[in-house]
Amino acid sequence: MPNNIPFYLAAAVTLGGAIAAMSLRNLVHCALCAAGAFAGLGAIYLQLGAEFVAAAQVLVYVGAIAMLIVFAILLTRGGKVKLTARQTAPNRFVGFLIVLLVCASLAGSILRSPSLQARTLALPEVTAPAQRIGENLMTAYVLPLETVGLLLTAAMLGAVVLAIREEPEARLRSEPTAQRRQALEEANIS
Amino acid sequence: MNWLDQIFVTSGHQLVSLAPASLQPAASVLLTIAAIMAVCGGCFALTTIIERKGLGRIQNRRGPNRVGPCGLFQPLADGLKMLTKEDIVPSSADKAAHFLAPIILTVPIWLTFSLLPFGRNMAALNLDSGVLFFFALGSATELAVFMAGWSSQNKYSVLGAMRAIAQMISYEVPLALATVPVLMLAGSLSLVDIVQAQGGYALGFVPRWNVLTPWGLVGFGLFLTAATAESNRSPFDLPEGESELIAGYLTEYSGFKYALFFLGEYLGLFAVSGLGVTLFLGGWRAPLPILEWAPSWFWFGGKFSALIFVFIWARGTLPRLRLDQLLNLAWKFLVPMALINMLAAAIWHLSPQWGGVFTSPPMRWLLTAAMLVFPYVWLGRAVNPRAGAKREYAYAE
Amino acid sequence: MSPPSQYLIVSAMLFSVGFAGAALRRNAILVLIGIELMLNAANLNFIAFWRCGAHPEALTGVMFTIFSLAIAAAEAAVGLALIIAVYRHRRTIQLDELESLKG
Repeated sequence: MPNNIPFYLAAAVTLGGAIAAMSLRNLVHCALCAAGAFAGLGAIYLQLGAEFVAAAQVLVYVGAIAMLIVFAILLTRGGKVKLTARQTAPNRFVGFLIVLLVCASLAGSILRSPSLQARTLALPEVTAPAQRIGENLMTAYVLPLETVGLLLTAAMLGAVVLAIREEPEARLRSEPTAQRRQALEEANIS
Repeated sequence: MNWLDQIFVTSGHQLVSLAPASLQPAASVLLTIAAIMAVCGGCFALTTIIERKGLGRIQNRRGPNRVGPCGLFQPLADGLKMLTKEDIVPSSADKAAHFLAPIILTVPIWLTFSLLPFGRNMAALNLDSGVLFFFALGSATELAVFMAGWSSQNKYSVLGAMRAIAQMISYEVPLALATVPVLMLAGSLSLVDIVQAQGGYALGFVPRWNVLTPWGLVGFGLFLTAATAESNRSPFDLPEGESELIAGYLTEYSGFKYALFFLGEYLGLFAVSGLGVTLFLGGWRAPLPILEWAPSWFWFGGKFSALIFVFIWARGTLPRLRLDQLLNLAWKFLVPMALINMLAAAIWHLSPQWGGVFTSPPMRWLLTAAMLVFPYVWLGRAVNPRAGAKREYAYAE
Repeated sequence: MSPPSQYLIVSAMLFSVGFAGAALRRNAILVLIGIELMLNAANLNFIAFWRCGAHPEALTGVMFTIFSLAIAAAEAAVGLALIIAVYRHRRTIQLDELESLKG
């Protein structure tokens, strides 16, 4: 039992953060609680011995994705949601029921599977040394690595194209050309 | 002199063995935490007064010199003032985020100190992916900066926070890229292994530190620049620019919370200085073979203090960069330079295997230096077109 | 409860919380947060099975998780750019007000 306390703590932070992220009214609070959930998950990865993945999780999710979400909230003025507006879909009770059913079926199948109950954590201690991960990335998984690089480039370009402002062009098209401006000035003077 | 070198390790073990056997792991952890907090807290207090006196001397004045001999008790006076100041929170502020922001800023930085090897066998945690952890904890502080700015519900705070985050995100990339050559050549992400890989002496007396190679020198310069920007220090302290944004994201903080932000900034500086010493300056290794009798933690402390002095010197000497100049520097100069540095480091490492003229050092040095100097000049001219031109002074008639 | 089951139960609960948020909340950004929570739950599953599975030295679970992290980052970036673009045109990101393609 004393060995499990770190796990229970991290799991409580993760699930608490997730439930808070999905139920709070203030959008920025939701984003910050989600960042807390991601960090709690990083702690769980550390306990499972995947140090590289834990560091990558904190770096990517907390340091980048949470920042992205927060920036998007600021750019879409989401921080000032009308307090009287309904926050959830109209048929939310049926929705909750379905979600509870999903959770129950997943948990039930986990708890009833005999091969899963028989397993223990692999001993001796399993480690994922960064050198082995690097070797794997360069030999067995080199094609996924290059594809992910391509995907990230495409995503970056796509995000820039989607979110770029179009106002300067619109202004240009609506401004009168030099000739018309001269004609207007002459008309005004005369 | 081995006993002096390992004095902290052995005394720590003896203190821990005084505790009952079942509590010994917890006692050892608590002892490490207490030691790190005491040392870093003491360094923080000393650095505040040294910085103010150093800046004063650079600006041709004495720093604080009234409290205690030569003003050495000034940190005590500052601490007392911060603790007794009234803690004002704006009425429309978001109370939870306003309260949590300084805490979320400082906690990850305290965590980074557990990774640094302060001496031989003196790293609290020897993680296999230590450097990645360092960067992960550094990026967790950006969320705290946003929380501080947004929760104050003040336009200047939000603006300052956005600028600070843009700066920190932009400079994370050169910081990480500048450390990649070190990781490549050391073959490991663990900080203890990186110091191990910088052992030995070339030509009998020149230490094999990473900074004494062409790619290491450029990498160290990039690392220092990016580290200055990451800690929001001058010349990159636009987010705290008093003439523009009052105090940026710190506007609505007073008393102990402001002291915590201050502490967080200095501790961040210490953390990146420690990382710079470990990655580039050889960690706890002595500079000459005859000086190896001095303890390893003495050399670490000496190099660390030298780096802090360089940061204070840069703050007193260089003017502040504007936001667009700052971002241009990061993306258009530092990132390409870091990528070229990676290539140069790879060529440096692999060229002895090519045989022929490359088996002796001078040709390797010449090739890598040429690979680094020409892009430096070219990129510098691209970012700042007036770089090489003669300055013109206009005097009043 | 055996150790792998603990982690899998946490993952299942995290997945259902993310699913609830993605299906029931009406703000587009909260739907995105729910999707990220579901992805995280799947990652936890991968790591738990890697640790307690047959050949942990093959590092399969770890590799899957690393790629999943990268893909989640790309998807979050594009999704948020979409939300910003929609906001520019419609001045709202509440999902039930974005119904011009309905019917």
